Amino acid sequence: MRRRINWLWAASLAVYAFLYVPLAVVVLFSFNDSLLNAQWVGFTTRWYGKLLHDDEMLRAAANSLFIALTASSVATLLGTMAGIAMQRWPVGLLRFLPFLVLTPVAMPEILLGVSLLLFFRQVLDLTLGLFSILVAHITFSLGFVAIIVRARLAGMDESIFEAARDLGATPWRTFRHVTFPLILPGILAGFLMSFTLSIDDFVITFFVAGVGVTTLPLQIYSMIKVAVSPEVNAVSTLLMALTLTLIALASRLAPDTLKAKS
Amino acid sequence: MAILEIRGVTRRFGDLRAVDDVSLSIEAGEFFTLLGPSGCGKTTLLRMIAGFDEPDAGQLFLDGQALTGIPPEKRPVHTVFQSYALFPHMSVAQNIAFPLRMAGKDEDEIRRRLKETLELVHLADKAQHFPHELSGGQKQRVALARGLINKPRLLLLDEPLGALDAKLREQMERELIALQREVGVTFVFVTHSQQEALALSHRIAVMNAGRIEQVDVPEQIYGYPRNRFVADFIGTINLLPVEVREAASGHLRLLAPGLGEIVAPPVAGVSSGERGAFALRPEQVRISAHGAEPELHNHFRGTIRDSLYLGDVTVYKIELDNRVVIEALLANSAPGHARFFEIGDAVGAGWRQDAGVYLRE
Amino acid sequence: MNKPIPDAVAGQRAGSRGSGLTRWLVSLPPTLFLLVFFLAPALIMVAASFQHPGEFGGLAPLFIDGRIDPAQLTLETYRFFFGDWIYAEIFLRSFLVAAATTLICLALAYPLALTIAHSTKRHRDLLVLLVILPFASNFLIRIYAWIILLGPANLLYTPFAVIAGMVYVHLPFMILPLYSNLEKHDPALLEAAQDLGAGAWTRFWRITFPLSLPGIWSGTALVFIPVLGMFAIPELLGGTGDLLIGNLIKEQFLDNRDWPLGSTLSLLLTLAVLALAALSAWAGRSRRRSA
Repeated sequence: MRRRINWLWAASLAVYAFLYVPLAVVVLFSFNDSLLNAQWVGFTTRWYGKLLHDDEMLRAAANSLFIALTASSVATLLGTMAGIAMQRWPVGLLRFLPFLVLTPVAMPEILLGVSLLLFFRQVLDLTLGLFSILVAHITFSLGFVAIIVRARLAGMDESIFEAARDLGATPWRTFRHVTFPLILPGILAGFLMSFTLSIDDFVITFFVAGVGVTTLPLQIYSMIKVAVSPEVNAVSTLLMALTLTLIALASRLAPDTLKAKS
Repeated sequence: MAILEIRGVTRRFGDLRAVDDVSLSIEAGEFFTLLGPSGCGKTTLLRMIAGFDEPDAGQLFLDGQALTGIPPEKRPVHTVFQSYALFPHMSVAQNIAFPLRMAGKDEDEIRRRLKETLELVHLADKAQHFPHELSGGQKQRVALARGLINKPRLLLLDEPLGALDAKLREQMERELIALQREVGVTFVFVTHSQQEALALSHRIAVMNAGRIEQVDVPEQIYGYPRNRFVADFIGTINLLPVEVREAASGHLRLLAPGLGEIVAPPVAGVSSGERGAFALRPEQVRISAHGAEPELHNHFRGTIRDSLYLGDVTVYKIELDNRVVIEALLANSAPGHARFFEIGDAVGAGWRQDAGVYLRE
Repeated sequence: MNKPIPDAVAGQRAGSRGSGLTRWLVSLPPTLFLLVFFLAPALIMVAASFQHPGEFGGLAPLFIDGRIDPAQLTLETYRFFFGDWIYAEIFLRSFLVAAATTLICLALAYPLALTIAHSTKRHRDLLVLLVILPFASNFLIRIYAWIILLGPANLLYTPFAVIAGMVYVHLPFMILPLYSNLEKHDPALLEAAQDLGAGAWTRFWRITFPLSLPGIWSGTALVFIPVLGMFAIPELLGGTGDLLIGNLIKEQFLDNRDWPLGSTLSLLLTLAVLALAALSAWAGRSRRRSA
């Protein structure tokens, strides 16, 4: 029995190493005083400095931030409504709502990107840019928020909503005093989740961004295609730190977030 | 003076009649129980009183006012839910004060009534605790307090004792009775447990498949069930198939095939020649050793087929001469004396002329 | 209110819990949004697969004088697709890559999932967090890390690189559902087996593994399906060779501007994905019955 456990532990450690070593290398070499990522030369922070003066990068970062904030806000609002609707009224036409909400989450991202590209250009004859990116991000984030909110509601004793009305609360007051306080952690976790997804998104944004606007991931992509530069390491490290913080926060608020992701 | 009038209420779900033309009159201040098996419609009826459902036919009147179309939050009726439905994010005090807040009472009054009510249910020291920190019995008291604090016209209780263990349940039963008598609010209690119903209620309505079978005080329901269903549902009952020989003014003469004549209490509207069942409670049967004088008019011979020792009583199964098996309950009044009779003993089983009741089929 | 109620009743009760107006107000905005920005584009894509390419790329107009001109509808792209063997080859290759990725992910994920499932509650949260954290990094960063590692080893732009990248990016998606399933196993089952004489490998193969199948199916769905649609990994790690469906679709939409072809490819990919999703759901369900 013990032998098997040791084997198990060794294998697990190997997998953890597999997960972390590549990223550690990226972070490490962001401080490498060399243009090449091949050998360690010396410690420096000049790549971070270079980053701060890279106008294109800064603009991309600003765009990403703006898009993430706006898209998450809208997605959280719509997603919360969807989550409530899916949990409280799974009857009639609304029975199809889960399909509508969850499919964008389950499908390969390229399909969503491509269909939105078609839709914007062919049907709406819209120039691709900030608006198209926003819409795309809202579409896939919405599902995540809905899942989290719905899970939160599902874990509650249903009769408390009836109890509130029984004791004199109108439907609105029931929402204000009972429903909302209870799902608030889920809403916040959903917001953070959407924000993270938006900041990180590459595939869908790639198709709907057009020529005028870049986001951080798109910028990173172009840089990677051109050359391997420690600047990329630097921006990667910063981005990792940011998303890490957000995910940690989100999982504090709603432990189901992690399960929801899967 | 009837506080709640239910007139000809029907509620259908597709082809199913959950509540079928029910009429009831509930008096102010009484502890009224709706008793019946699962699916009999008692909960549906309760929800219509609370306002979460509307009848398809018939009407409900509270203090003479029709309740149709009035939403739950506007009815002076509160419910204690089976799961207690305490708000998890509010403390005990906040939970109990909730109805007063919804009614817009001012802070001083809320504080005053909260203190009173907390003392009433013996939870003054738990005011700042949260529901997940409480035991089952404590949660139930919070739910009661919450439902009573603004003195509603009716308090509806949906099987509130179901989740408690036997000992706790007995204690809560006593507390509920005391509470209701003290506060004076009319209670409408829903349960499938006939023991609870008999112990707690001023009056009981026995329901089956959406209909009311019998409405009466507990002693009458138990002693004089109106039909087979009620007789069978409450406690254990012996049912002997009989034919009516004579329906005189003072008593009923019944013929049990293969057994003999049974004299029973009179029932109105019975004609001779009719077939029915004679219902007799096990504790009404007296067993005597074979050969002892028959002192009771209804007396028959039989053999002990089974005995079940329950500590305070022993339940015997006696096979009578006509092969019908009846149950008889005997108190084990001599301590340590396990049984009076053994399996296989020939005995005499008898009962008084005013015991039991004749039921039509 | 605990007795089993017939569906008709439950449905009516659910309906009565919010007024009609509330229900509409709450469910309409997200529904409308998704109908317009998800369903409509999907339908457009279906329609586009039956259209001609436009003169300067994109799609040729469908409506002439406000009416749909049937001459504009064509099965040309489908004929094109099914006529040329190369497309089937690309689809096949994509499926193989997805299958390989899934299997490798499974092999790597299983020991880790077992370890997490057997650990104490306190450790478990930490271990799960450690799995999620690398996932916190941007997907491109994770690919970039492999570019750095493989470049000097001369392993870049090889099938190995592509698969390594795919596995790396999707591994957490296999670990989490698997662990979530394994966590629910009753340890008494293994004890009983051991008591009855089963060795370690037998216990795993006869008890743990079959019970974990629903988790395996979930993980498979979460890895296989996204891998099918990937294009960035093959492009960055595979170079110009080894095209997968994702690359092909991207090419049609952004490089060649042959949108009908791109739509056809996307549609076929969607159908494949839906079939796989249905298969995985069916497999997961039937396992639950026998387990």
